[in-house]
Amino acid sequence: MRTSTGARAGQYAALLAYLVFLAFPFLWLISTAFKPPQELAGLHPTWIPRDPTLDNFRQAFDEQPLLRAALNSLVAALGAALIAVVIATPMAYVMARHRSRLTRAATGWVVVSQAFPFVLLIIPLFLVLKNLRLINSVPGLVMVYVVWSLPFALWMLAGYVRAVPPELEEAAAVDGAGRLRTLVSVTAPLLAPGIVATALFAFITAWNEFFFALVLLKTPEKQTLPVILTHFVGAEGVADLGPLAAAAFLATLPSLVVFALIQRRITGGMMAGAVKS
Amino acid sequence: MTPVTDARRPARRASGTNRPRPGPDHGAWFLVLPALIPILVLSVGPLLYGVSLAFTDAQSGRTEPTQWIGTLNFQDLMHDTLFWESFRIGLVWAVGVTVPQFLLALGLALLLNQNLRLRWLARALAIVPWAMPEVVVGIMWRLVYNPDAGILNETLRDLGLGDGRDWLSGLATALPAVIVVGVWAGMPQTTVALLAGLQNTPRELHEAAAVDGAGAWRRFRTVTWPALRPVAFAITALNLIWNFNSFALVYVLTSGGPGGRTRLPMLFAYEEAFRYGQFGYAAAMGCVMVALVSVLLAVFLAGRLRGGLKEGDVA
Repeated sequence: MRTSTGARAGQYAALLAYLVFLAFPFLWLISTAFKPPQELAGLHPTWIPRDPTLDNFRQAFDEQPLLRAALNSLVAALGAALIAVVIATPMAYVMARHRSRLTRAATGWVVVSQAFPFVLLIIPLFLVLKNLRLINSVPGLVMVYVVWSLPFALWMLAGYVRAVPPELEEAAAVDGAGRLRTLVSVTAPLLAPGIVATALFAFITAWNEFFFALVLLKTPEKQTLPVILTHFVGAEGVADLGPLAAAAFLATLPSLVVFALIQRRITGGMMAGAVKS
Repeated sequence: MTPVTDARRPARRASGTNRPRPGPDHGAWFLVLPALIPILVLSVGPLLYGVSLAFTDAQSGRTEPTQWIGTLNFQDLMHDTLFWESFRIGLVWAVGVTVPQFLLALGLALLLNQNLRLRWLARALAIVPWAMPEVVVGIMWRLVYNPDAGILNETLRDLGLGDGRDWLSGLATALPAVIVVGVWAGMPQTTVALLAGLQNTPRELHEAAAVDGAGAWRRFRTVTWPALRPVAFAITALNLIWNFNSFALVYVLTSGGPGGRTRLPMLFAYEEAFRYGQFGYAAAMGCVMVALVSVLLAVFLAGRLRGGLKEGDVA
């Protein structure tokens, strides 16, 4: 296909506009994180800090229990991701390979669960967890995160299973391998990259999650990073901008790194799930 | 791996709904149970419980037993002007975010589908809002919008467009300001979905249309859009729901202020439940939100089906 030079120029101009729109808030966050207080107080802010400093990061750790919060986030996200993937993989396999009333209901639930306002879920969960004495506990949050991440875990994993040609399994069966052997020696290895991608995606969404954590975690020593971050923003919205930016920047790094690693697989998995179902 | 341990157990089908087939069907139930039980116990169950709470006077921290009060919560809701105002704001927000988000994401997806030099950078950047915690997105935009130290007002000053203002606390500017953030935050998912749709359109059709002398717009209308439409409608429907139910972004940006101008239904229900302890009333709000969103969505999807009859009808 030929594209005229005029159209090309227009395309590059549009692309540049998108790049600016996408990048400028993030660059501003980074810029703010490295600015000393006197530069933040000045009326004419600059993009590049004249006098870059790491004080904001130090101050952020002094003001709030960031390490503790990061540890809580890590436990919650890791726990949720591992459990979700371990229990979702067999069900996703069945959903992808067998049509039955159960799998149709499960697929329907995956779709419908996207539409529910979480408040309808969190009030009863709050009451249930309170009776189990799991309010203000990271394990309680993990339980909630597991169920919350199951729909998209099932969705992604079922997509990956469908991408494995059933002929391979049938061939193994013809060769005399039982269902089990087939699953373990043929399907599982092919599925492994998809399982890892799903786990990492579940990890990121749990690491980033805010609403459930806000409701369920009461004391600072139990709270996750997103909840702790809101403490930097005072009640009146007056915030210490430097440490706020520094802490926010740090909280983003893990998910950015993980996301960069698995980005292609996530989009691929979503496509497989969306296109083939 | 789990399938191993589960499938090893003696498999018996619980009901006769599946025709028995040799081999593969056995054990399906046991493969499903590890996920099905948590779903039923921690998701379906609580949802039903939540709906039932809407018909009670459940409150937090109260010692007397909870009473069944029928539809009283819903009757109160009918007259709760604050709730309906938040509902209206929720709709404005959902549509106000979803529509520009879709148009921008469509443009970006079309660009990323071209052979452009900076494509890798745009792809990488387009991922950033997706990977960020919503709380950080909110904090980040607060820094951008900051009346004194923010870059937005400084840019406006540099361009000679006035002295800027406090966008998030202005009665007129707060909702548009948070909508811009919503558009920014949700663009990647929509872009990726549309890009996936684009990459499924057969290239030969494009080339054939180009050979026939069809211009860019006609190629888009006759080739690209028909192929893209299913994905476009699916992602738009989902975005409408997600945006209507969103919470963290606006909670961090404005907490619903100023004067309730950005109080989305979820923020309202959250305050009602966890600040004032009105569990029953907040559950009723949740029910109304689900019901009305379902109706709106049904209308939207019915429109989609009707629109599907007119081939290539973009508008």
